[in-house]
Amino acid sequence: METQFKFPKREKLDMIVRYLHGNLGFFAGALLCACLSMVFNAMTPQIIKITVDSVLGEEEAQLPGVLEGLIDLSWLKSDPIRALWIAAGAVVIVAILRGVCTYGQRVNLSKGSEGFVKQIRDDLYRHIQRLDFAWHTAHSTGDIIQRCTSDVDVIRNFVCTQLVEVVRTVFLIVLYLSIMISMSPRLSLVSLVFIPIVGLSSGVFYRKISRRFQAADEAEGEVTTCAQENFTGVRVVRAFGRERFEEERFEEKNNRFSQLWIRLGKLMSVYWASGTLLTCLQVMAVIVAGTIETVEGRMTLGGFIAFVGYNETLAWPVRALGRVLSDMSKAGVSMDRVGYILKAPEEGDGPDAEEMELAGDIVFDHVTFAYEGQPVLEDVSFTIPHGSTFAVLGGTGSGKSTLIHLLDRLYDLGEGQGRITIGGTDIRKIRRDCLRRQIGLVLQEPFLFSQTIRENIAATCPHAPEEELRHAAAVACVDEAITEFPDGYGTMVGERGVTLSGGQKQRVAIARMLMQKAPVMVFDDSLSAVDAETDAKIRAALRRQMKGATVILISHRITTLMQADRILVLDRGRVADMGTHSELIARPGIYQEIYEIQMSIDDRRLVEEGGRS
Amino acid sequence: MAAYDEQEYTKSFQLGVWKRLIPLLGNYRRDFALMLIFNLACAAVDVALPLFQRYAIATFIEGDTLRGLLPYALCYLVVILFQALSVVAFSRNAMYIEMSLGRDLRRDLFHHLQTLSLSFYNVTPVGYLIARVMSDTNRIASMISWNLADLLWALFYVLGTFGAMLVLNWRLALVILLIVPAIALLTGYFQGRILHWNRKVRKLNSKITGAFNEGITGAKTAKTLVIEEQSTENFRKITGEMHDSGVRAARLSAVYIPLVLFCSSLAVAIVLLRGGTMVTEQVLEIATLSAFATYAVGVFEPIQSIAANLSEFISLQASIERVTGLLDQRPQVVDTPEVEAKYGDAFHPKKENWEPLEGEIEFRDVTFRYPDGGEDVLSHFNLHIPAGTTVAIVGETGAGKSTLVNLACRFFEPTSGQILIDGRDYRERSQLWLHSNIGYVLQNPHLFSGTVRENIRYGRLEASDEEVEAAARAVSADTVVAKLEKGWDSDVGEGGDRLSTGEKQLISFARAVLADPRIFVLDEATSSIDTQTEQLIQDAIDHLLQDRTSFLIAHRLSTIRKADMILVVRDGQIVERGTHLELLKRKGYYHDLYSRQFAEEHAAKVLG
Repeated sequence: METQFKFPKREKLDMIVRYLHGNLGFFAGALLCACLSMVFNAMTPQIIKITVDSVLGEEEAQLPGVLEGLIDLSWLKSDPIRALWIAAGAVVIVAILRGVCTYGQRVNLSKGSEGFVKQIRDDLYRHIQRLDFAWHTAHSTGDIIQRCTSDVDVIRNFVCTQLVEVVRTVFLIVLYLSIMISMSPRLSLVSLVFIPIVGLSSGVFYRKISRRFQAADEAEGEVTTCAQENFTGVRVVRAFGRERFEEERFEEKNNRFSQLWIRLGKLMSVYWASGTLLTCLQVMAVIVAGTIETVEGRMTLGGFIAFVGYNETLAWPVRALGRVLSDMSKAGVSMDRVGYILKAPEEGDGPDAEEMELAGDIVFDHVTFAYEGQPVLEDVSFTIPHGSTFAVLGGTGSGKSTLIHLLDRLYDLGEGQGRITIGGTDIRKIRRDCLRRQIGLVLQEPFLFSQTIRENIAATCPHAPEEELRHAAAVACVDEAITEFPDGYGTMVGERGVTLSGGQKQRVAIARMLMQKAPVMVFDDSLSAVDAETDAKIRAALRRQMKGATVILISHRITTLMQADRILVLDRGRVADMGTHSELIARPGIYQEIYEIQMSIDDRRLVEEGGRS
Repeated sequence: MAAYDEQEYTKSFQLGVWKRLIPLLGNYRRDFALMLIFNLACAAVDVALPLFQRYAIATFIEGDTLRGLLPYALCYLVVILFQALSVVAFSRNAMYIEMSLGRDLRRDLFHHLQTLSLSFYNVTPVGYLIARVMSDTNRIASMISWNLADLLWALFYVLGTFGAMLVLNWRLALVILLIVPAIALLTGYFQGRILHWNRKVRKLNSKITGAFNEGITGAKTAKTLVIEEQSTENFRKITGEMHDSGVRAARLSAVYIPLVLFCSSLAVAIVLLRGGTMVTEQVLEIATLSAFATYAVGVFEPIQSIAANLSEFISLQASIERVTGLLDQRPQVVDTPEVEAKYGDAFHPKKENWEPLEGEIEFRDVTFRYPDGGEDVLSHFNLHIPAGTTVAIVGETGAGKSTLVNLACRFFEPTSGQILIDGRDYRERSQLWLHSNIGYVLQNPHLFSGTVRENIRYGRLEASDEEVEAAARAVSADTVVAKLEKGWDSDVGEGGDRLSTGEKQLISFARAVLADPRIFVLDEATSSIDTQTEQLIQDAIDHLLQDRTSFLIAHRLSTIRKADMILVVRDGQIVERGTHLELLKRKGYYHDLYSRQFAEEHAAKVLG
């Protein structure tokens, strides 16, 4: 998959804004609450300051700015006990207000981020469902999932944690620094000096370490791979008696992994310790300088205590800011990776595409098709009359499945590649959903969803009555097998439920297709895993069921094909022959040859064959 | 990729489970002692730091003098440096313990898994094993290092803080202590609920990954059925559930965390009120009041973290149970102590005592039933295979063709009866002796990450480069090498996924040739391989069969016809045996099978 894909910055921003839509209120609310809670938080030191200075000390009480005229604090000294009660009460009230804001911040943020990430996930899923088949074949499942999960998490972390954290921290720094500067500009300088040092050192160091993190993560991946290969290849290990060799190999990787981390731990310890050192130094510098200021009378005792308090609150967030900022660069890569999927064009219809009933002959008109430069079909022309049964005989790589992919518009024919019409209308002029709904398709290796058998059969009509489901299952000769499961039609399919055999899967898929009640039905080698007897039974039941429908059968079993109204023999992408069964066996060619082999083997020849070797 | 649903363990605390860890931890007694000391040091400094502020206020500000400020600052600096050093020591120690414990646990598990029987692997998904060997061990190791260290620090810090407060002024300290039960109650109420919702969020997360997987692998089917809308709608339901659970979990901690913070503020209020009163009564210094305020703000968070840590520890029990559960699995095929004494075990073979193996195999009155199966798949079965015989086993997919091979290779042992190799019961010799004489090529050949050369050398580790290349040439695997950019040293990718199935098969043949086994097992591939490679593989098989006793789980006519003896399997039972000609004349099941297969195979050839 292309990984070099890069979005311009503007589009990245657009992408984020698009998904924030509808959640912006929550983010705004969360930020507002966060700021308010910091404001309330900043009040406690002021209360302590006033208490220390004016209730317990001798200073004249001073309130900042406008409050001064409103509240008279001159009585503080005269009734200290009442003043202390009020101070304690104020601390509690401020704490309650702060608590309410913190609650608001957390709840709003979680609503916003859950909503944000839900929109991305839903959009990705919807979009992936609509990407064309060629895109799906070109990209590996594991890689797409990685982008839809890990990369989405990185983006979420960026928007919902890191961005919010940055805004919050910047507000905190501005708020606290302005309070500190208003209290003592000189002392604030001491604190201010440390801010860039702390932030920068943290950011730089973190960036340096993150490279080593990658190496350590890779080492862990190697240990996992080694264990995984050992467990999946256990037969090979045992058959060669390589237990000891395997153990040594694992031990080496295991040791390397832990050694790398221990070494990384040594670096990290320096990182953490330097953080502790710097913040403690900042606190110490402020205490020492503050002591001088206070002793020299430029600051009150309460002011000193409050200032030290503000300074301590400031220390750690500044440090975290450095790390967050250097970590944020990862998000750009993830946005490119997710954007790559979202940017891929969805399957669409032309503006003149319309709904119509498939009621005419299906005509392949000089169809030529190549896939990834390899020619698959060359000048293929034939007509399937409406309501007839049409069979295709072809080997692996003959292009028979491509015929079906083209008919169902999983691939579209380009200019000059011929055309396919139904009732005279070019299928590119028919809406895809309309076309596909009317073509029932059973693939050789059908995919069943991890749901109950009932949900699988009723995939196209979730509200169909039970009898209808069972009837479809009975036609596909699978009703009996299903009712034998303990949970019957409620049995889960897949990893968390029963494992169906290949033949059972094919039959459930046939039942599912029958529920679609499509006027065109296609069986792409879809009874290959069913034994000959059941195969015949199903075909008989289907024949009764399919009256009036156009049926296309693909197989290399002559018995499956011989009753068709017309048989096409496809050989390496070209029409080798076409006709009814009796016509085809009457003339020399591939069909006759295969018919001879499959139908006329007598025991004498078999014994001869066996005897010769 | 889809989530493997893990069993939930909701049992309460059980000491027995934890005791299992003791032998493992014993090796690191010294490091745990250091952990205790480092955390004690860190906590002590953390408790001491507010005292510096108190000293500054009491001595310099209240005393209105700057005399002694320099020694004070130096002393402060020394403590800070000491603190930084403790942080270095503590984090290195924790990392060392984490990585060493994890390494030991992984090593023990891996070692143990090498001894377990194949019957265990048959019923155990690889994802389940990886989860235990990687995730659970990581979790145990990180909890017993970092979380334990956190717990110790918090414990020391809380005790130290209350100790300091009690010493400074016991009456004020006692009032603040009153708040501790409130925190305990709060934590008791919230912790379990938060854990519950977090677990639910994690589960939904893996459900979403599973849904993406399904949506991507099933995209073609969704298209042909035109149910894209519906499947998107289903997906929305899951993400909707995720949204609600996520908010729910966040709401709980949004209530809990502010409440804990409120307790701190309450303590500050108490300090102001009670402490302030005491200051006015002249029984408390303002300096001490300020220290108390700092302590009151700082002490409640650690109390909460102790509680959170403890409940995390209880949930660790599940991981320990999963790991010890695996360690308690006993292998079903074991060598007796006498055999082990003579021939050595899988890790320390005593090759000097090994007899050469000729390759004569005899099943004598063998009855067998799979450990997890209800029915005998063989009963009183007798079969003599002279050395050098080629035995083909045929039957439909899933008919049980591997059973005989599993028994002959001693991946399973007979329920009753004997299997003799060179005339002696194979249980009289070690598994490794037998396995070292077997070459095994699987239907879906398994290669290991590494170079082509390393993969071939897996057959005989001490082989020289020339021998490796000669083995490859013998089965035309050198044609694969010729196509690769780096030749013999090309990386084959994880599980060999950079090579095609046919190429992997040729490499695995070369590996078997190099091992030069007396017994050769081939589980033939059915997958379509291009005609050219097909011919190479046929020639390689002919080369491999020469002079060896071999079992072919065969699909191709050409292979079957060459066999000296054909065993026909149906529904787990051996229904016919004989040579190709004999079986055809009998016109039984083999005849049926043969005509059908012959017809399809031939048709496929005509169609190209």
